[in-house]
Amino acid sequence: MHDEGLSTGKLVKRLLLLVVGMFAFGFLLVPIYDVMCQAFGINGKTAGSAWQGSAQSVDLQREVRVQFLASNAEGMRWRFGPQDEEILMHPGETRTVHFLAHNPTDRVMVAQAIPSVAPSRAAAYFHKTECFCFTQQVLQPGESVEMPVRFIVDPALPKDVRRLTLAYTLFDVTERMAPSLGLTAMHSN
Amino acid sequence: MSAVIDHHTDHAHGPAKGLMRWVLTTNHKDIGSMYLWFSFAMFLLGGTLAMVIRAELFQPGLQLVDPNFFNQMTTMHGLIMVFGAVMPAFVGLANWMVPLMIGAPDMALPRMNNFSFWLLPAAFGLLVSTLFMEGGAPNFGWTFYAPLSTTYGPQSTTFFIFAIHLAGISSIMGAINIIATILNMRAPGMTLMKMPMFAWTWLITAFLLIAVMPVLAGVVTMMLMDIHFGTSFFSAAGGGDPVLFQHVFWFFGHPEVYIMILPAFGAVSMIIPAFSRKPLFGYTSMVYATGAIAFLSFAVWAHHMFTVGIPLTGQLFFMYATMLIAVPTGVKVFNWATTMFRGSLSFEAPMLFAVAFVILFTIGGFSGLMLAIAPADYQYHDTYFVVAHFHYVLVPGAIFGIFASAYYWLPKWTGHMYDEVLAKTHFWMSFIGMNLAFFPMHFVGLAGMPRRIPDYNMMFANFNMVSSIGAFMFGATQLLFLYIVIKTIRGGKPAPAKPWDGAEGLEWTVPSPAPYHTFSTPPEVK
Repeated sequence: MHDEGLSTGKLVKRLLLLVVGMFAFGFLLVPIYDVMCQAFGINGKTAGSAWQGSAQSVDLQREVRVQFLASNAEGMRWRFGPQDEEILMHPGETRTVHFLAHNPTDRVMVAQAIPSVAPSRAAAYFHKTECFCFTQQVLQPGESVEMPVRFIVDPALPKDVRRLTLAYTLFDVTERMAPSLGLTAMHSN
Repeated sequence: MSAVIDHHTDHAHGPAKGLMRWVLTTNHKDIGSMYLWFSFAMFLLGGTLAMVIRAELFQPGLQLVDPNFFNQMTTMHGLIMVFGAVMPAFVGLANWMVPLMIGAPDMALPRMNNFSFWLLPAAFGLLVSTLFMEGGAPNFGWTFYAPLSTTYGPQSTTFFIFAIHLAGISSIMGAINIIATILNMRAPGMTLMKMPMFAWTWLITAFLLIAVMPVLAGVVTMMLMDIHFGTSFFSAAGGGDPVLFQHVFWFFGHPEVYIMILPAFGAVSMIIPAFSRKPLFGYTSMVYATGAIAFLSFAVWAHHMFTVGIPLTGQLFFMYATMLIAVPTGVKVFNWATTMFRGSLSFEAPMLFAVAFVILFTIGGFSGLMLAIAPADYQYHDTYFVVAHFHYVLVPGAIFGIFASAYYWLPKWTGHMYDEVLAKTHFWMSFIGMNLAFFPMHFVGLAGMPRRIPDYNMMFANFNMVSSIGAFMFGATQLLFLYIVIKTIRGGKPAPAKPWDGAEGLEWTVPSPAPYHTFSTPPEVK
């Protein structure tokens, strides 16, 4: 009815395009969220793979207390805990801590550990060069395993952070992983 | 095909007869009426569920329903009211009034209009059917946070997801239709800045709908995939994150609350000038304020989740952004007050509802500002204070806006004047009932009563009893509204074309009741 502007057909097409675009944007929020979490250390999320940064000078003037927590998600029956409850370390120093896991059940189980760092703003300064959380663990019935995590606390860690907590939650992913169980079994030995 | 051509009907005739008139209609007035009736039915159903909630909370302890059923009631009440009552009511008002306001013969896409309405009974049939399923209806709150709704949800969650999909598609089609109508069907001379405020606020609302309903569709699709296809968008075990759900949900959810209030802003911006017998104060600023609110609504979502662990800078950003919304909203409130200032006021039912809207919505806005203060929110979060806040913006906000609109335009729809005494009774009973129901919730919330829990501490007993009495009063009063509407349809004093002497707009240039086809030749707007 108006001579200016788009015809109704064209307008509707553009609006539909916007709808499709926003639907896609909803899914795009997933990677955006992950990137933001890593970039800003939101939610205490740490990187999902080994840190590739170069060695840093050790700040011997400063000590940071790192505490370790382990807990099981609902339905997980493994015994799971750190060998040391806490350590004192210098920023820039590389340290290794072991976690013990034992499968007391009579079936093969697959577990996935999910890390979280508190306070969350420190997560971006907590670099893991090796972690059992990067892969899944497969334990035979009654089997135990010692799992290492090697990490560096970045010397750039804000000065007021004197204590860090690294918490792992262990999830039972046996059902999810059942089809590919044979392939992932190699990691447990 | 030839049969169709042979039996072509003359469109100058009135509506077809019988049931098929309603099933097949493409007339914006028929579809508008169906939307309004549907939303009113949903309003009564959602209200009935609220009555169950308030009956259980009448006294401390568990007396009427078991906690799981109580959770189903809170969930279904929220979902039905948001998606079934408020949103379709505004789409219905838009269907009826936007073409009449801008001088268009009908909506731009009449067949899609029919389809978008008929999706709604399907969507809500699906949703309501979950109440009768084994395992019960969704019980995770209307916000359906993962993993409550994924790992721990009842079997019926899948039906809920498809219901949301259908309702979402319906809203999106409705929004596209309204945008196409407003942008392409205006009468000659009706420039954008001459449009009535209701058309303006709906244009902006429609863009909000198009922007966020697909995101809602996305988030329920992710849920569906997590539940049935082994993905882990929201499952930490598989590398996902439950907090992600809250971000995506509230990216939809916050604009959604403006979707439910902006059309009411528009209607009130037309009703207050009509009963003040003065033009709206600051029309242009009203338009820009609406746009500003819509724009800001995309940048505040995380204020719903201050307590999930957001970095300090994030909390500050979302806190200030939220408070910033008070500025354009304040512009609107002051404009309404200034419109009334030194006006020749009269207080018929639409005006009563509109004035109550301004006052009570402002109270809800202030409690919103309190909630926006991140450090204070740690105390208020998930308490009845939040329940009080959003009911103050939704009941006297959205619902009173709808009542005001209904009374304002009922003479145009039915050709009869409604019963003013009954309507005023409806207003005062609603006003007193709703304040009795929701005002004490502020106090019990500040004192720490958590929401969505069927039992509470003895010390909250008196306030809860008052709330329940108010809620019963408010609920029962809505049956009076049903009676008033039916009475108006069946008879009453004949309404002139323009029953309100201060009213402005093209809708008052057509006779009452509005003929089945209006503005077949576009009116001239100067």
